[in-house]
Amino acid sequence: METPLGLVIGGLYAVGLYLMLRRSIVKLLIGLAVLTNAANLLIFTAAGVTRGRPPLVPPGQAQLSSPYADPLPQAMILTAIVIGFGVLAFAVVLVHRVVQVVRSDDLDSMKTTDT
Amino acid sequence: MLPILPLVIPLVTAVACLMAWGRRSVQRGLGVAGAAALLGAAIVLLRTVSRAGILVVQVGSWPAPFGITLVADLFSTIMVTVTGVIALAVAVYSLAAVDARREAFGYYPLLHLLLLGVCGAFLTGDLFNLYVWFEVMLIASFVLLALGGERPQLEGAIKYVTLNLMSSALFLAAVGVLYGTAGTLNMADLAVKLRTSAAPGLVTTLGVLFLVAFGVKAAIFPLFFWLPAAYHTPPVAVSALFAGLLTKVGVYVMIRVFTLLFVQDVGYTHRIILVVSGLTMVTGVLGAVAQNELRRVLSFHIISQIGYMILGLGLFTRPALAGSIFYIVHHIVVKTNLFLVSGAVHQLRGTFELKLLGGLYREAPALSILFLIPALSLAGMPPLSGFFAKLALARAGLDRGEYVIVATALGVGLLTLFSMTKIWAEAFWKPGGATGATGSGGEAWIVGPITALALITVILGLAGQPFFALAGRAADQLLDPSAYIRAVLVEPSQ
Repeated sequence: METPLGLVIGGLYAVGLYLMLRRSIVKLLIGLAVLTNAANLLIFTAAGVTRGRPPLVPPGQAQLSSPYADPLPQAMILTAIVIGFGVLAFAVVLVHRVVQVVRSDDLDSMKTTDT
Repeated sequence: MLPILPLVIPLVTAVACLMAWGRRSVQRGLGVAGAAALLGAAIVLLRTVSRAGILVVQVGSWPAPFGITLVADLFSTIMVTVTGVIALAVAVYSLAAVDARREAFGYYPLLHLLLLGVCGAFLTGDLFNLYVWFEVMLIASFVLLALGGERPQLEGAIKYVTLNLMSSALFLAAVGVLYGTAGTLNMADLAVKLRTSAAPGLVTTLGVLFLVAFGVKAAIFPLFFWLPAAYHTPPVAVSALFAGLLTKVGVYVMIRVFTLLFVQDVGYTHRIILVVSGLTMVTGVLGAVAQNELRRVLSFHIISQIGYMILGLGLFTRPALAGSIFYIVHHIVVKTNLFLVSGAVHQLRGTFELKLLGGLYREAPALSILFLIPALSLAGMPPLSGFFAKLALARAGLDRGEYVIVATALGVGLLTLFSMTKIWAEAFWKPGGATGATGSGGEAWIVGPITALALITVILGLAGQPFFALAGRAADQLLDPSAYIRAVLVEPSQ
């Protein structure tokens, strides 16, 4: 399970970085979103993937028995997804506003302050 | 429960300001009162921690490696206290310097949410929570930066947002791999586990990954280009707050992580930091020399000064770390003050371009002196705080025999002095330059914080001994993390 996930993560990173290197800020935005999700998936994989073993205490026992899926990275990813979603919502509005003010979505036309 | 106060106060203030959305005068009062309360709480916390040692709060009473931990050791409380000082200065300054439109769109709630994020990052004892606090801080700073929606602001915001989200993604990935390696994210627990790690190579790799992630936030050598593109665009009160606090959070976590967690291969990681610190100093100051716009000069100086702060970390001895801590405190006060002065100049002349400025000394001698104090302090002139900060670092460097880096630091000090004299000569000394004065109003709200911060700079210099002693004790705690680990992992919560 880890190997295909690793390939997917690598692919997502590549796609995200490629999009971020484009000049259009819309593509930059999509690239950021892909990159955030790649990072989430990386946490998921790096913390260990255990299939079909929910961390539930079986009836009649006091504690978990050994191979079980670690719930903590999933809780962390949940937080990260929510934060990423909030930031993305802000970034979408920002890009919208930038396009309204600058009248272009080309990053090269946003250098007036770089003298 | 004392360490929770610096988090609760900004949160309550922000919520109260949100509730008073339509009434600006109420928001203004609440904003200043909240900042004053934050400073008060921070001072009480600093006194307690310096007497009683490290304070730990296990949020929700879960024992250490499982729950969320807040740790207040000397270094973090010093940082929280300086945050309180800056918060109060900027809140008072904002009364006169932030326009009604920005206030109507939630300037004060955002200001306090930003402070919440900063204090949270200083006090947290857990890497994932650090990520969360970073995001709280970043989202507030994104909105503050773009608030007003002028073209330069939006252009700066795009770069700032992109680079910071990149570094957050990198930080998050590093946190994930670290969790996969060690199985915990509590910093004290990590410090124990990483010391006996089976894969020291992997730990060092992770350390460098963290260095890059925090390096973007702290604006160290190859990763600083977003800063001069963004910091000079928002209103001065916002730039001053950013200049004082945001990059220093990056420096803080860098020092925290590289004294507590990644000390397996000091010869490798800290050597990288040392080299990077030299390059940061040089590139930053050369960038500043080339600029002709007041706030851009100051922005580039932030970068070069970051180099001094991590220089102490790179040397990794007790006097060096103490010097770094003192330098951070000095720099936050001075840099915020310089930005505030630039705002006062803008009020008088209506421009930041050095070529168009001039004759300010004749017109506003008091303001000119108030500029000169932080400017000379930044350059490291003897009786002021910057001199002692640089002296401490230079001596620590000589003790280690790192002559090249000490020479670099001193040379950069000279160049800093050169570009500060340039500002002085162009804006204050040169005759003429009577472009459209935009008038003033609420002068006391502007001059008050500037004077107070200048006074702090002088006190830090003239009566620096107690502050140095405090920084030294903080450095002791950093270099010997056993007290930190014991406080978090063993002692019961209070």
